[in-house]
Amino acid sequence: MRIPCPLCGPRDRREFYYYGAEDYLRRPAPDAPPQAWDDYLHLRDNPAGVTRDLWYHETGCTAWLLVTRNTVTHEILEVALVAGRSVPKPARGRRAAP
Amino acid sequence: MPDLIAKPPLAGRAALTLAGVTLAMADPGQITSVAPFKGQDKALGKALKALGLSFPAPNHVMSNGDVRLVWTGRDQAFLIGAEPRGLAGLAALTDQSDGWAALRLDGPGAGDVLARLYPLDLRAAAFPVGRVARAPFNHMSSILMRPGPHSFEILVFRSMARTAWHEAEAAMRALAARAALG
Repeated sequence: MRIPCPLCGPRDRREFYYYGAEDYLRRPAPDAPPQAWDDYLHLRDNPAGVTRDLWYHETGCTAWLLVTRNTVTHEILEVALVAGRSVPKPARGRRAAP
Repeated sequence: MPDLIAKPPLAGRAALTLAGVTLAMADPGQITSVAPFKGQDKALGKALKALGLSFPAPNHVMSNGDVRLVWTGRDQAFLIGAEPRGLAGLAALTDQSDGWAALRLDGPGAGDVLARLYPLDLRAAAFPVGRVARAPFNHMSSILMRPGPHSFEILVFRSMARTAWHEAEAAMRALAARAALG
């Protein structure tokens, strides 16, 4: 698998460190209800298909990247720098409590 | 302040030539990390112009004689071989002179040696003179530059100097052994 770093160009997957789902960009406000924090910390989708997650170009330019990829085909659809993005919205309560 | 004695990394290490490639330690001189402050791009551009430089695009090196401004990351470059005169207040400046060790590989086979260590296309068409890459030197973070068609300069963290030399020497020995087979 190769990830096209927006700064360095296409690089081997081993240069990158996987951090986790895109959800980490939507940190709840400090006074958000416990359910929002629970969602932010623990609830993740597990799609067979397109997913977005955060990668760190560890042995390259050390930039944080937002990677859109397909977990079925391993296709990389889009790679963007995390820095310079507009401030993301706080985590929404995605799932109703049972 | 006591008068301290500056010691280069791998002091006294003699250059090594194998298969027409020479490996040697280099002294890049003063290294300053330059990270532009927000909104200071124009002013910084002017200050750099006075040094005969401009802020490099990703993966590029701007040179003026022995002075180089090397792209090293997002909104960051290393000023190598000069004092950061006139840049204070326009960019975050950090002296990194003692943090890095520099190796040089010279010779027509230098690219073949590094092909065994870098997961990059180092042919002249893909990595021409004046380019830089932040890339893993085997398993070490490094800054790879190409000052000439048959010359490469590698910066690694100073604590990695001996390992870097070992890796480069092993690749050169493998290349020489293969060449000896004919």
